[in-house]
Amino acid sequence: MLSIKNLHVSVGDKPILKGINLEIKPGEIHAIMGPNGSGKSTLSHILSGKSGYTVTEGSATYQGKDLLEMPPEIRAREGVFLAFQYPVEIPGVSNVYLLKAALNSIRKHHAQSEVDAMDFLTLVKGKVRLLEMDEKFLYRAVNEGFSGGEKKRNEILQMAILEPKLCILDETDSGLDIDALKIVSEGVNSLRSPDRSFVMVTHYQRLLDYIKPDFVHVLAHGQIVKSGGAELALELEEKGYSWLEDAEASA
Amino acid sequence: MSASTQEINNLINQEYKQGFVTELETNTFLPGLDESVIHKLSKIKNEPEFMLEYRLKAFRHWQTMKSPEWAFVKFDSIDYQAISYYSAPKRKEDGPKSLDEIDPQVLEAYKKLGIPLDEQERLAGVAVDAVFDSVSVATTFKGKLKDAGVIFCPISEALRDHPELIKEYLGSVVPITDNYFAALNAAVFTDGSFVYIPKGVRCPMELSTYFRINAANTGQFERTLIIADEGSHVSYLEGCTAPMRDENQLHAAVVELVAMKDAVIKYSTVQNWYPGDKNGLGGIYNFVTKRADCRGENSKVSWTQVETGSAITWKYPSCVLTGDNSVGEFYSVALTNNYQQADTGTKMIHIGKNTRSTIVSKGISAGKAQNTYRGLVKVLKSAENARNYTQCDSLLVGDQCGAHTFPYIEVKQPSAQVEHEATTSKISEDQLFFCQQRGLSAEDAVSMIVNGFCKEVFKELPMEFAVEAQALLGLSLEGSVG
Repeated sequence: MLSIKNLHVSVGDKPILKGINLEIKPGEIHAIMGPNGSGKSTLSHILSGKSGYTVTEGSATYQGKDLLEMPPEIRAREGVFLAFQYPVEIPGVSNVYLLKAALNSIRKHHAQSEVDAMDFLTLVKGKVRLLEMDEKFLYRAVNEGFSGGEKKRNEILQMAILEPKLCILDETDSGLDIDALKIVSEGVNSLRSPDRSFVMVTHYQRLLDYIKPDFVHVLAHGQIVKSGGAELALELEEKGYSWLEDAEASA
Repeated sequence: MSASTQEINNLINQEYKQGFVTELETNTFLPGLDESVIHKLSKIKNEPEFMLEYRLKAFRHWQTMKSPEWAFVKFDSIDYQAISYYSAPKRKEDGPKSLDEIDPQVLEAYKKLGIPLDEQERLAGVAVDAVFDSVSVATTFKGKLKDAGVIFCPISEALRDHPELIKEYLGSVVPITDNYFAALNAAVFTDGSFVYIPKGVRCPMELSTYFRINAANTGQFERTLIIADEGSHVSYLEGCTAPMRDENQLHAAVVELVAMKDAVIKYSTVQNWYPGDKNGLGGIYNFVTKRADCRGENSKVSWTQVETGSAITWKYPSCVLTGDNSVGEFYSVALTNNYQQADTGTKMIHIGKNTRSTIVSKGISAGKAQNTYRGLVKVLKSAENARNYTQCDSLLVGDQCGAHTFPYIEVKQPSAQVEHEATTSKISEDQLFFCQQRGLSAEDAVSMIVNGFCKEVFKELPMEFAVEAQALLGLSLEGSVG
């Protein structure tokens, strides 16, 4: 699915990621954990194509293609989805309009016809129920006046409708209360499938109580300093990040 | 330079898609303006004597006036002697009676603009009084309107067939002394539309005129007069495009609306004249005087405009709320890109009691453009309980454009309520990236965000016009990502 090799990324002259290696196979869930400033968000941004970053070395191959060469909208159409940490508001544009435009742009990319209005509504309403959202959400402007939890749920709704292959969740748990966290997690879990992979970027372990990762990677100072199974997250919860950072410093 | 700034620049540098020139033989006056030109013009149009007098009076007054300089726009002074004041497509005999008789090239030009007259006639049920250069070449659906008693014809025809209406109403809203460009228009206007809706009649269809400037260096001086008699109702659509040109073309139109007791006029404009190239060369100067007089009680006039074209737009569709309980509305989207300049807004003059006005203005600037909202809300002593609500929003695309707001409020009546809200925002890179991350191209994303911004205005447009306006906005913005 995704193969990251020796990836170095800078913002301006400042190196942020310093040689990331990561292999993600279809169906796997990888959690990227790490302290603030370790480069977690940079990793999700560089994979989804946000501008302002320079790749100085290394590569990222997605389904056999050079991911870093693709403009962001092509990555999206090829199945890379970023659930934003801070979803933006788009005044005057209804959720349902955005969803339809997005779905159709993806279908067009795959030489499929535009989705029929009735079929689309049936699809969307089904997903809305799944995420325990109010249908009124569909007709409100994108994220405008949404609470933090509503915004995150809206991200998952978009994910459910666009059916991406590689889902990157950037601090999806931040700003969520425990009920919202459960709903969002259930939404994500319902999307798990053998051909869909997830990269969950998170600071805290609590999201991993609800979405069980296959692998946990600890990012510190722009490098993956430790990888392990789900149990690594628990260890981090207990010991914090400093022992890993210290270990790296002394190594 | 970040990737998105570069994208913005690439996208901005696209060419005007509707730029082409229709080759037509035209019967054109030599450039220049003096009284003899006005005599000649009046004669060629077979006008009644009073009209010649009207024109001469206006011309003499115009000569005493100076071109105004208060607007927030910059342009070289116009040489009025270098303009030709009449240009008409050559016609056989008395001119066409149906579309079959229209010059095929003219029809082709409309088709290129996506305005197939023949299709409209068949499908849309819209009567079109098409102005090609200065003479109306096609008027359709006359019969149906005639049955309803509605008069919808070129104003030059109305001058001959309905001189009494012209005498009574022409210049009654915008007098010849009103302003520099209105005076010039009164002196030299060539054609335009005339509408009269008799008492109690609901116009059976939306009336539509497509304007088009074609011959090089021919100033266009359109004159439109719409009279809605007591209890009548009319919706009028005006849409414009013009071909690519190197030289600036002056357009100084005057539109007068008169709404009598209980009458409703809805006037919608989509304006897409050539805005000049990406370096700011060429483009139309659009200096227009549009004003409505809500003369009777309970009358209502609603202006809706979507302005995307012209090098310079300078217009303030206004309402004089004379009748008690009369209502004036102004909904505007003004989009400027590249080096375009727009100074637009409205004036709401409250005279009658319980008069109400609503202003919703959406200005979008991209490229190096300047976009100005200028509005006046004036409540006279007589206007007890007058109410106004103004909302003025500006959206910036990129970091080299400007948005300006000049609201003027004059209230002489203590019971009046006047509200003004204004916002300025920017399309953020985060919004763009978000949309792209959902699979939309940068262009589609900008178009979607801008359309969302303009939603309150678009919902005021007639359905088919709203669709056109959205497409036009997309077209005009092609490239301006930021």
